Amino acid sequence: MHVPMKTSYNDDIRLVRQRGTLVWYGLLALALLAAPMYLGEHHIAQLSFVGIYAIAGLGAMLLVGYTGQVSLGQAAFMAIGAYTEAILQKFGVPFAASLVLAGVMAGLMGAILSLSTARLAGIYLAIATLAFAFIVEEVLTRWESLTNGSLGILVRRIQVGSFTFDQEWKFYYLSIGLLVLVLWLMINLLRSRTGRALTAMRDSEISAQSLGIQLARYKAIVLALSGALTGVAGALYAHRIQFITPDQFTIMASVELLVLVVVGGLGSLHGAVFGAVFIVMLPQFIVLIRDAFAISTSYQAGLDAGVYGLLMVLFMLFEPQGLYGRWQKIKLYLDTFPFYRKATFRRQRMFQKSEQLR
Amino acid sequence: MQGLIEFTQMIISGVATGCIYAIVALGFVLIYKASEIVNFAQGDLMMLGAFLGFSFITLLGMPFYLGLGLALVCMALIGALLDRVVLRPMAGQPVFAIVIITIGIGFVIRSIVISIPGWGTETYGIDTPYSGGVTSLGGLVISNEHLAIIAATLLLVIVLYLFFRFTMLGVAMQATSQNQLAAYYVGVPVKSILSMIWAISAATAALVGILLAPITFVHVNMGFIGLKAFPAAVIGGFGSLPGAIVGGLIIGVVEALAGFYLPEGFKDVAAYVLMLVVLAIRPKGLFAQSVAKKV
Repeated sequence: MHVPMKTSYNDDIRLVRQRGTLVWYGLLALALLAAPMYLGEHHIAQLSFVGIYAIAGLGAMLLVGYTGQVSLGQAAFMAIGAYTEAILQKFGVPFAASLVLAGVMAGLMGAILSLSTARLAGIYLAIATLAFAFIVEEVLTRWESLTNGSLGILVRRIQVGSFTFDQEWKFYYLSIGLLVLVLWLMINLLRSRTGRALTAMRDSEISAQSLGIQLARYKAIVLALSGALTGVAGALYAHRIQFITPDQFTIMASVELLVLVVVGGLGSLHGAVFGAVFIVMLPQFIVLIRDAFAISTSYQAGLDAGVYGLLMVLFMLFEPQGLYGRWQKIKLYLDTFPFYRKATFRRQRMFQKSEQLR
Repeated sequence: MQGLIEFTQMIISGVATGCIYAIVALGFVLIYKASEIVNFAQGDLMMLGAFLGFSFITLLGMPFYLGLGLALVCMALIGALLDRVVLRPMAGQPVFAIVIITIGIGFVIRSIVISIPGWGTETYGIDTPYSGGVTSLGGLVISNEHLAIIAATLLLVIVLYLFFRFTMLGVAMQATSQNQLAAYYVGVPVKSILSMIWAISAATAALVGILLAPITFVHVNMGFIGLKAFPAAVIGGFGSLPGAIVGGLIIGVVEALAGFYLPEGFKDVAAYVLMLVVLAIRPKGLFAQSVAKKV
């Protein structure tokens, strides 16, 4: 077992803590770079979806996992990003600019939403974001002159100069590249002053406030950042799907992003990526179940809902740290074998936490 | 004069819809007050209750009130079971964990309803002894379904008020909701009280579902009305029972007026816009009773 020896305070926030990590991530990077050579078209396409969902998941993770603000309206940010991208493309704005603008637009909406929600906590915030999502969906459906209503908009392929992203592997490199960029930004954000303020807010708002953290300000910042990241993911999604309608961004899509962060593992960047892999694989898994039990396709909707619901309940009951938490437990088990103690990861109960007058 | 009658008509149908929101919101608030759990599955419980009522009354041909009673009892049992099996192990966990788990429960209920033969994704109606007729009052015309909803809400509110005010069990429930630990010390069986509160909440959900059946029909998506009850509960200030009723009525009336006087599309989002405005002004709702907590 490796026991880190800290010799300065900076060791706590260093980007790379052990040299071994660098080797493993290097190998992963090589495998990803070479992926188009040994994977088929279909798998490459799935991997670009993983990239898109991971970016959206990182947005949700920042809000839910690191700041403890449950959002049931993440899909609204995705929709804003996707529609901004589609409309800007129609007006001939170059991709590099429109991608940034899509993020900025979604972030701006997040900031505007926070005007109403900055003083809210817990359940009030969850419901306010839900309301926001409904309003955005309705506006997108009704503002037909701009969004073409429920008929949807066709989105062309990405074109940068004379280079067109017309093949799967080109889009794959774009989405994975953006994911790496976003991950790098997130790592740096989280070890900054802002990142620590967010985590402090998650653990106790009152304590954070007593330490001089302006709750409303940081809630606005985190909502804007999370919106921006999810908006960028939405813009990529629009290009990947090439056809967007308002009903791709319903509450179901928001719940999907919530499942992503929960299953992946709340409060870890690995978790967002694991969750994205999981969400992209899930539909195929559901088809496997359907064929195995010879369930008729007319129950598909029920089966989807059931699998999502059961996953949420079971993960929350038995593995609240998600896939990443499970991985850490396995790692610790191997590291400390045969001295692993189950109690290491026992959940803390907080009976004193109450939002009501006591 | 014509405008006035139209307006009153609008208000009355708004109040009837508002009563539906109010009872669903009441279901949320009951559970929230007692255990700080926000039950996102309330709408789906309502849908399940309506389907049970439909099975008893239409499929099995029971008399309406017997079927209604049986559906309420079944839902009460289901509510208590949910509390015992799924939510009790989650006691003391953070808010988001419980939010996520109740959303999950809602999805599972939908999935079960879809896969049961004879239920599925079709639309059904329930025949009630009062359906079809109208009552005229001066120039006003009120359908019996709306009257039944308003009457049932009044009755439910009175029964719940008497129950919480004058019975031993009701007082014990109030004690639990004010301070679980203190209630435990004075001998209130907190765990079974919580199960009972879930039972009451699920039964009220079934009641709404069956009252609503003649108007919107029984359908697997009828639970989405639960999402409209959130603004009602929030506007009232989540922890307040009278607040939930008032919030529900406000939402119902505002929605009816928005549907009539504003362009198409505003009706569906009126509740949410109103809620965001109220939250921006009073972050804890109109009837807030919470203050900053101690650490």
